[in-house]
Order: sequence, then C-alpha cells, then structure tokens
Amino acid sequence: MRVPGGADIATGGVLLAVENVSLAFGGVKAVTDVSFDIRKGEIRAIIGPNGAGKTSMLNIINGFYQPQHGRITFKGETRSKMRPHDAAKGGIARTFQNVALFRGMTSLDNIMAGRTLRMNKNLFWQLLRFGPAMNEEVEHRRRVEEIIDFLKIQEIRRTPVGRLPYGLQKRVELGRALAMEPELLLLDEPMAGMNLEEKEDMSRFILDVNDHFGTTVVLIEHDMGVVMDLSDRVVVLDHGVKIADGTPDEVKRTQAVIDAYLGVAH
Amino acid sequence: MDLAYKILIDPFMQMGAAPDLLVQTLWEGLVAGVLYSLIALGFVLIFKASGVFNFAQGIMVVFAALTLVGLHELGIPAFVALFLTIVVMFGLAFLVERLMLRPLVNQPDIILFMATFGLTYFLIGFGELVFGGNPKKMIASELYLPSGAYDIKMFGGFVSLQKIDIAAAVIVSLMVLFLALFFQKTRIGRALRAVADSHKAALSVGISLEQIWVVVWFAAGIVALVTGIMWGARSEVSFSLQIIALKALPVLILGGFTSIPGAIVGGLIIGVGEKLGEFYWGPLLGSGIESWLAYVIALVFLLFRPQGLFGEKIIERI
Amino acid sequence: MFYREAGQFKTTYQADQAVFPILQDRIGLAVILVGAFVFIPFAASDFFINVIMIPFLILALASIGLNILTGYTGLLSLGTGGFMGVGAFACYKLTTFFPGVNVIVWIFVSGFFATALGILFGLPSLRIKGFYLLVATLAAQFFLDWSFIRIQWLTNYNTSGAIEVPTRTLFSVPLTGPNATPQLRYLVILAIVTLLTWLASNLVHGRIGRMWMAVRDMDLAAELIGIPLYRTKLLAFAISSYYCGVAGALMVFFWYGSAEPGVFNIDQSFTILFMVIIGGLGSLTGSFFGAALIYGLPIVLKVGLHGLGWNILPATIEHLTFMTVGALIVLVLIIEPLGLARLWQITKQKLRVWPFPY
Repeated sequence: MRVPGGADIATGGVLLAVENVSLAFGGVKAVTDVSFDIRKGEIRAIIGPNGAGKTSMLNIINGFYQPQHGRITFKGETRSKMRPHDAAKGGIARTFQNVALFRGMTSLDNIMAGRTLRMNKNLFWQLLRFGPAMNEEVEHRRRVEEIIDFLKIQEIRRTPVGRLPYGLQKRVELGRALAMEPELLLLDEPMAGMNLEEKEDMSRFILDVNDHFGTTVVLIEHDMGVVMDLSDRVVVLDHGVKIADGTPDEVKRTQAVIDAYLGVAH
Repeated sequence: MDLAYKILIDPFMQMGAAPDLLVQTLWEGLVAGVLYSLIALGFVLIFKASGVFNFAQGIMVVFAALTLVGLHELGIPAFVALFLTIVVMFGLAFLVERLMLRPLVNQPDIILFMATFGLTYFLIGFGELVFGGNPKKMIASELYLPSGAYDIKMFGGFVSLQKIDIAAAVIVSLMVLFLALFFQKTRIGRALRAVADSHKAALSVGISLEQIWVVVWFAAGIVALVTGIMWGARSEVSFSLQIIALKALPVLILGGFTSIPGAIVGGLIIGVGEKLGEFYWGPLLGSGIESWLAYVIALVFLLFRPQGLFGEKIIERI
Repeated sequence: MFYREAGQFKTTYQADQAVFPILQDRIGLAVILVGAFVFIPFAASDFFINVIMIPFLILALASIGLNILTGYTGLLSLGTGGFMGVGAFACYKLTTFFPGVNVIVWIFVSGFFATALGILFGLPSLRIKGFYLLVATLAAQFFLDWSFIRIQWLTNYNTSGAIEVPTRTLFSVPLTGPNATPQLRYLVILAIVTLLTWLASNLVHGRIGRMWMAVRDMDLAAELIGIPLYRTKLLAFAISSYYCGVAGALMVFFWYGSAEPGVFNIDQSFTILFMVIIGGLGSLTGSFFGAALIYGLPIVLKVGLHGLGWNILPATIEHLTFMTVGALIVLVLIIEPLGLARLWQITKQKLRVWPFPY
C-alpha cells in the first residue's frame, strides 16, 4: 500500500487551501469567512468548542455541503462546486462523528466497499464472477487483508458491523477510509467515546498511516492531549470563525483560544 | 398538430361551452377529495405520533364500516351499534399496540411499515371471514344522515349537490379543527409530538409509549369509522375501498406526511385533478385513467418539490 | 455434527471469496440440483410438477427480482406485478411477430422490455426515497395494469382481452401451449431459474452487490466513498425489473397458458413483496423460502383442513390464508426482521458448534 503524495512530505507543498469560505443554513451561520491550508503529509487538527463549525468544515471539504462563498483549491484545482463522489475520486476519504458504517454488511465487505472506486470490471464479468472479475476481487481482497492486519481486526472479518462494539466500529470505519488509499484523510472525532487504551491504539494507527503511507490527515478531536501530541498544526474555530492557526504550542498560548475554551464574560 | 389541439385546447373549449358540467365535475372532485383527505388524515395522525407509516388505514376504514353495518344487521339499534363499533376500534388499537408495536419498538421505520402490510392482510382475511366478501349498504338514514340532493340552477343548466356530501364536508371540517386543537393545546398532544420525534427520547422523559400509541391508533380508528360511514353512505361498503385507499399515498406526497392541513389540501387537489383529468382528457386515452392519474400527478409534483406542499425542507446531517 | 468446517482451510483468497465457502453447503446444493433436474421430472406426478414446482420456481424468480431492489438496495417497490406483466406481454408480442425464433430466446429478450420500463419508473429515485418512492412504483403498477387492459394491440385485439399462449416447439417438441408436457415445461423453467439465480448470486457477492448494500445501509456514506448513488439505484431497478419480466413471461407461457389482463394487478405485487419479507430481505436463498411458504401455505391449509375432515369452502380457505400470511409477516418481523433466511443461517451457525452453545 503506497499512496501518491507520500514523496512530498519533505517539500510540504499545499495540498488543499480553503479561502474565505462561508456557509449558512437559513439564518444560522455555520462557518464564516474561514481560510486555512493543509500541507502535504501533515496532520492538521481542527479544534473548537461544540457547535464551532468543525464538522461543517469537513462536510464542505468533501463536497457534502456547498459553501455560499469562498473557494477551495485541492491539488492545485480550484472549485466552487463538487459532489461528494467527485471528492472521493479526487482522493478524499472520511470517517464520521457518529459511525456511518454499512450496518448490514460484514467488516470485510465494508472495507471492500471502500475499494469500489478502484474496481472497474464491468457488469458482464461481474455476472459471471469469473476471469477478470474474480482476479480483481482477489487482488483487492489482498489489499483489504493488509488493512485488516494493520488495524488488527482479523477476528471480526465476518461479523456484521451492526453487532460490533463502538470502538471496533470506529476501527472498521477507519479501515474503509484507508481502503480508498486516500491522499487526504478526514477524521471526525475518531476517539470520541473511547477509553484510554483504545485511544492509544487509535493514535498509533493515525500516526502510522501518516508516517508509512504519507497520507495527509485532517483531524477533529476534543481530547486536547491527543491533539497536541499528534498534530503538526492546529486550526481553532469558534462560532464558525477562525480564531487561531499554528503549531500546537502557538495555539495553546493564544488568548482567544483560552477565552473560547474557558469562557470570558462577553 | 391535431393531437396537440385535442390535448391543449379542446378540453378547455368544452369547459367553456358547458360551465355547469365543469362545476359539477369540480364538485365531484372535491367530494372524492374529501374522502382521500380523510384517509390521509388517519395516516398523518399515526405518522405524526409514532413515526409509523400505517398502510392499514384503508382496511381499517372498511373494517370499521363493516363492523357497524354488521352489528346493525344483528338487530342492534344504530346508535348502540355505533358505540359498540367505537369499542371495537379501541380494542383493535389496544391489540395492535400490544401484539405488533410493542415488540417492534426501536426497529427501523421500514420494518414497522412492513408490519402494517401484515396487519392489512390480516384484517382483510378476518373481515371477510366474519362479515363475508359481499358489499353492504351503509345504515345512513338510521344514523340521521341526510339524503337527496340540492339542484342549483347555474349557467343555463343545473348542478346537483348531494346533501350527504355537504354533511361530509362539515363533519370533516369539525374533525380537523378538533384534532388541530388536540395536538396543539393538550398535554397528550405534546407528548404525541415528542414521541414522533424520537421514541427513545420520549421514553427517557417519562412518556408512556404504550398509552400514546393506543390513543393515537384509537383516534385513527375513529377517523376510519367516520370515513367509512361517509364513504358507505355515498356508495357501499366493500373491500374494493382498500385499493382506493392507496390513493391516500399521493395525497400525502402532496401534503407532506406530518401536516394535517396538508392532508386536506392534498386530498382536494388530487380529487379535483383526477376528476377533471378523467372527464376532459380521459377519452383521449381510452378512459379509466383515474386509476393511475393521482400517482402520476404526485410523481410529477415530487420532482419539483420533494418535501411536499407543507413539509419542511430537510437538511441532511452526517 | 456433520455440519463442521473444521479442517477445511482456505489457502487462496479466491477460495475464501467463493459464494459457498463451506464444503457441506456445496454438497447440499449439488444434491438439491440433482434432485431437481433428475429426480423430480422422472419420479414426481404431473400434479406435483404443475401445481407445486412450476409455480414455486417462477414465484421464486420474481422474488429474487424484487429482493435485488428491496432487499439488497433498500428501495421499496409495489410495481412488481406491472413489471412482470411487461415481460409477459413483450414475450407474447415478440413470439407472434417472429414465430420462427425459439420462444426461449424471446423469454430472455422480453426481460429487457421490463428493464426499460423499470429504469423509466426508477428515474425519480434520484430525488425521492423511502415511502415517497413507493408512490413512483405504485404509479408504475397502476399505469401498466391499465395499459394491459386498455391497449388492445398488446393482446392482438383478442375479443376476450386475454392472451392465449400459442404452441411453440423446440425440435418439433411442443414447449408451450396446451400440448406441452409438464415435465418439459418444468425443465425449461428450472434451467432458466437456475441460470438466473447463479448470475444474481455472482452479482450480489461482488462489487455491485456491495454497492447496492452500501446504498441500502447508508446512502450518504456510500456517496462519500465514491459510489454514484443514482447509477447504482438505476442499475438495481434495471436488473430487478429484468428478473421480474422474465418471471412474468415464464408465468404466462409455461404456467398459466393464458392470461387475463388482471393477473398482473397490485395483488401480485403484494404477494411477491410478502415472499421477500418473509423469506428474508437481502437473501437469495430467502427468496426461495419465501416463495415456498407463501405459495405453499394455502395448499397446506386446504389439504390439512380437509385431512382433518373439515369441509371448508374455498373462500374460507382464502380468508384464512390472508389472516395467516398477515400474522406471519408481523411474527417474522418481530422474531427476526431478516426473515427465514436469517433463521436458517442461525440454525447453521448452531449446527457448526453443536452440541456446544458457542
């Protein structure tokens, strides 16, 4: 498993830039005039209090919401509108705050589904499940098994994911995203509701993905310890507005961030 | 060219030439629409309060009407039979809650929906077993429902309004008013809305799901009974109504699944659209288009406004 | 005890991705196929073949069609009867236009007409889902049902409004029509159903099946991993309708022998839907279970009640069937929403570890 983009870690060119993006639902402003960039090969955290617009930001990046204003440049290409499956084709993968797995399918099938875009044998061969279609199936199964080994979920391969405990579901979901071999991986609270041990495991997986495959990671997380340890740079949002941007240490010292988290008298 | 003329111009020429016929057709449409509205109302009631799409509403109408007529045939006076039918509908609501809804709490909506298919088939079989499959005559005069018609002179012809239809319109209006007040103003009404939003959340604040479900299925049963009486008084009580009841679906599409005014307006639109279509455009296609026109109207409408006339636009979250 | 997979190791992913990875399942399937192809045509009575096997296979095929749409892709449909009718009438028109071509060819071709209409009525599925989509399929059902009655060209202007299946032969042996033997008709149906079931099984176990199930389980997430929702749904409509169309054509040509226009009404759609629900949503095996149960129930009721010495009117049997089917649906949904197929799987799972609970 090798991902394009891995070679660029050293150069740290900009993979994705968000410029002056605003999004509102009716009268509710979710994101207001936010700009930041994501460099190749980094782990970029987005933090902020509840309702700060973090998830909306991810939804904008992978085309699920269309921002009313602003531009997004991904791999040098500027766009104003993009459908989610175009984003997927472009190499953006995603996990969700509330696990969004295919509940009726096994872990294996969930992760195999992540390879859909890379499978292209047509209906005719699919009907026969023979020759090229079977070869393709087997080749992708091998890739998926690598992911299963990597995430240490061998024993739940054949279990329908609806029956798995929450922590394992999160792992399978990460597996499905990895199966897409993304250039940019968006993780929405990958550690929510986990105990310390599970958090450590998950942190290790994220670092490994970043190190070994060179995948750029955008991470939303509430656990400040995790954020400070994992991320290269941090964006802080509050009420849909960017209030800080920089390395974890810089951000920690910013007055606006301290205010947003501890609260000040307005 | 000829076809375009027949579709686009000729029907309107006919309408202009015989306005009394047009008014009569419109009236027929409105009356049919009231029936659709009533059935849709039963759907909305249950959907609002339990999130269950009750496919069995149509057969409940038939079942209620048959029970009423059947009891009367046994020699029970009309109003006693009416009371007993209400008791039967309560029993039905109770059993449905106990045997079907309670074991299925927290299942996906689609499972509950499919369970109501089962209920439909059960009631069809049960109804036919008990009351026989033959159409019956509604005991309209025994219930002091008016019969006969007003003939109103208009546009050089006359329009005939059935008294029973006027009575139906009045009764429906009163019922809708009552239901709206019930939903908005009472404690049970608030609880109903809470349950509709989320079963689990409602349970957690101490609302008794069992009670609510019995209440709302009972209310839907009463609506079904009223529908059955009105419909039976116009034609007859038979199982074929079950198929007609499916037309409540396009009505709901137009009106939105949770809106009582929507159900009424949707029903009237479908009723009128259908009758106009059948009368003026039907002959072009060999008539009988009433059987599918309602669905096609709803389908076309859906493409432009997926959330219905009164429904709110849904923002999808993930 | 005999159903153990111990010692059966998979050394290739190909073997592990097989549709029946367990040896005993493959043996069981082989036994069933041999029985169906060899034993039944020779040993079973005409009555058994005509009244049990032929309807069962055809209804199972239609259930597979609907299961692809409803069970695998999560799109509820009440238009099955209509699509079956399209297949039947297409086949009738084709074989009267081109009587020289073998009728089996036309059976397969007629499915494509159903596909075309399936796609047409599936078009709204881009914007609407769930209960709303049900209305689109009802529109299809009622419109098609109406067409079968009103468009007399479809029945070759037959005054009765029904279609009579003409005699068609293969190597001058009659396949359809009044002179065809039940054994031969049965074998044709069995071959077609086996072939189409095999193809469907290939499909649902591969990429396309996963795309369908992904759309069913969570359409938004499916879109975000790059599955084009609209195309996936339309493909499900297309293939589902093909199966229904072929089943409809088989029904008229190899079972009924003639068809009133009312055959493909909404009740037909309900029957097939119930087979899918009871058999198991998202299971091909379940489609066979469901067809057997729903079709077999009235027969069992009739024979059973007569066996008890009760003389019961046919109408009463029908009413009892309705009640039983209705109650069964609710019961199955309560016990196991995924139907008989899931119960079968659980049983197999228990057998694997028997006599231990785990």
